[in-house]
Amino acid sequence: MSERDKILARIREALAGSPSTPTGHRSADIPVRESAPGGVADRNVRAPTRPPEQSRLPDAAEHRRVLPAVGSSFDDELNLFRKNAADLRADFLLLSEPAALATELKSLCATEHWQRAASHRGELTEPACQVLGLPVLFTDAAFDKRELARCDVGITECDALIAQTGTVIVTSRSTGGRALSVLPPHHVVLARRAQLVADLPAAFKALAAKHGASYPSMISLITGPSRTGDIERILVLGAHGPKKLTIFCCQ
Amino acid sequence: MNTPAVQFKQDASRLSADVRHRRIIQTAMGNYEKARDQRKADFQNWEGARQLAADTKWEAIAHLDRHIEQFVQNLEARGTKVHWASTAQQARDAVLAILRDKQAKVIVKSKAMTSEEIHLNEAIEQDGYEVVESDLGEFIVQLREEPPYHIVFPAMHLTRDEIKDVFQRKLHDAPSSDPEELTMVARRVLREKYLEADVGITGANFAIAETGMLSITENEGNARLTAALPRTMITLVGIEKVLPRLEDLALFLPMLSAMGTGQTLTCYNTLYGGPRQPGEPDGPEEYHVVLLDNQRTALLADPEQRDSLRCIRCGACLNVCPIFRNVGGHTYGTTYCGPIGAVITPNLRGLDEWKHLSYASSLCGACTETCPVKINLHHHLLQNRRNSTRYKPSWWQKLAFKAFAPIANKPGLWSLVTRLGRFGQKFHGLVRGGRLDPAYAWTKTRDLPPIARQSFREWWRTRA
Repeated sequence: MSERDKILARIREALAGSPSTPTGHRSADIPVRESAPGGVADRNVRAPTRPPEQSRLPDAAEHRRVLPAVGSSFDDELNLFRKNAADLRADFLLLSEPAALATELKSLCATEHWQRAASHRGELTEPACQVLGLPVLFTDAAFDKRELARCDVGITECDALIAQTGTVIVTSRSTGGRALSVLPPHHVVLARRAQLVADLPAAFKALAAKHGASYPSMISLITGPSRTGDIERILVLGAHGPKKLTIFCCQ
Repeated sequence: MNTPAVQFKQDASRLSADVRHRRIIQTAMGNYEKARDQRKADFQNWEGARQLAADTKWEAIAHLDRHIEQFVQNLEARGTKVHWASTAQQARDAVLAILRDKQAKVIVKSKAMTSEEIHLNEAIEQDGYEVVESDLGEFIVQLREEPPYHIVFPAMHLTRDEIKDVFQRKLHDAPSSDPEELTMVARRVLREKYLEADVGITGANFAIAETGMLSITENEGNARLTAALPRTMITLVGIEKVLPRLEDLALFLPMLSAMGTGQTLTCYNTLYGGPRQPGEPDGPEEYHVVLLDNQRTALLADPEQRDSLRCIRCGACLNVCPIFRNVGGHTYGTTYCGPIGAVITPNLRGLDEWKHLSYASSLCGACTETCPVKINLHHHLLQNRRNSTRYKPSWWQKLAFKAFAPIANKPGLWSLVTRLGRFGQKFHGLVRGGRLDPAYAWTKTRDLPPIARQSFREWWRTRA
């Protein structure tokens, strides 16, 4: 019998052996007055104490009823993303025309003194990289990780932006691999307005629609620049990943 | 060596009187509480969310065999090697076999409580490999050769000066005690390790059956780098971490973040579904997942307490626990501390040796009230107490109750004993709080209020 079979057999035996009984105070040995309304015993009775007989999992609509509100219009969502990004100390810029991206990128490149950039070949990233006039490492094919570590900025596209949380979704297939969005000290995201989704249920739905047939080996929900609070719970940005996250949203 | 119970008592009495320790913990908790409450308020219906989360985890556990099989099938379909481990020893052996096979030298690790549970680092080091913890808090406690203090904040018991000292001693690099500068020292040191490492080891927060993916929640990016740069990746995960569907994360990710750290969403929530796939430029060539039982099936077989397998290790019950906040994480002497640790450790490591943890509780129920997946924590503590007395009754308690029961059952006798007690208490002042005090166990740290001058029955008689 393999370990696999042994573990599965133990699980089945455990689940078949005895159905869940109401837990806690209600067992015979520790009697408690069941009629104490609002008391500990009462709360215990209401807590779910047995797995549901039928598998019934909440759907997206049920998740939406409890999750943080996102507003009803696209502008609400955009404003929410902007507010979340600001709270997270990420920079979010909504660009009204395609030409504005070049201007903004050039000025960012100058203020941040980028010497070397890394990116992947995409509809938005390729023209953007040409504008910079810097040596660019493209990570679409095999590359030297030490060379990527020397780059000042990683420029990627994304799969979606989530208004509810201020999140950017990247994957190992659509945005230049696993390391590009996390190894360089500055991560610049080029997104399209249409990529903004309202909430987490919508984001997972979008992922399933885009990749459901064959998922990439990595999908990452990035919510703000890398951070830590491990020293006296004081916030420090750029623990191991990027210190800075800039999101350009193009029309 | 002391038994765990004696050690617990010693450490608890020392630390609960340590004002400095208490101040550090209270300050850290103050910030967390504020943020957590704001995040809970962001939810349209937090109580509703808890119910949905509890229901979802129940389903995952009620059909654990089915979900695990689906999870493994999906994972293997895309080239991941799955190792099943019934015991900690088997899990360690599986990891060590991979390290030998890969002729690894440097191993980089991101935070994994399961690896603490099986004492993986000790085993790896004994075999002559270098293993580096990459989460900043874990890195600090590794340098100090300590276990993590808290399941989410491993170094929350240390001040910046203590951290500066250990950096100075072990890394010879600590420009100041400024948290930012210290973090940057760790960043520099660890950056080189990621690039050097042959193997990366991670834990996981959720295992998605539907898609065969592991979900890792973190803030620093250390797990992202651990999973991106080394040529081999290993994830160690408990079998109870399964969630049925990808979309379940829409609920669990924000709930874990809210309760764990008080964030809307932690910085990186990343799903891994295999080694580098065709058309991908980087990532590990091999991906190994070690599925750990280590007594989880025994907990599953207990119909009373199996709901504790719903735990998502957010640490919220530790943070609200008056005992944890006074005695601290190391005092428990267990991998999982606080209320959840007190509940599951007797189940995982033996009731006889760990039953004392069930008594380290005021039964206030704050843990049960805060738990995002509605585990009945304080009732389980009561059950552990009951089980332990049934398993090995204490002779003096049996004797005491034998004496007490007839007195309490006879009103005349009760009244006589009460009057005797009232009389005896007049002389209590002579020995109170000293070794000669018969109530010393109580009075050494507490007041013993006087017995009422008049019992209810006496008062009732005079009233007529």
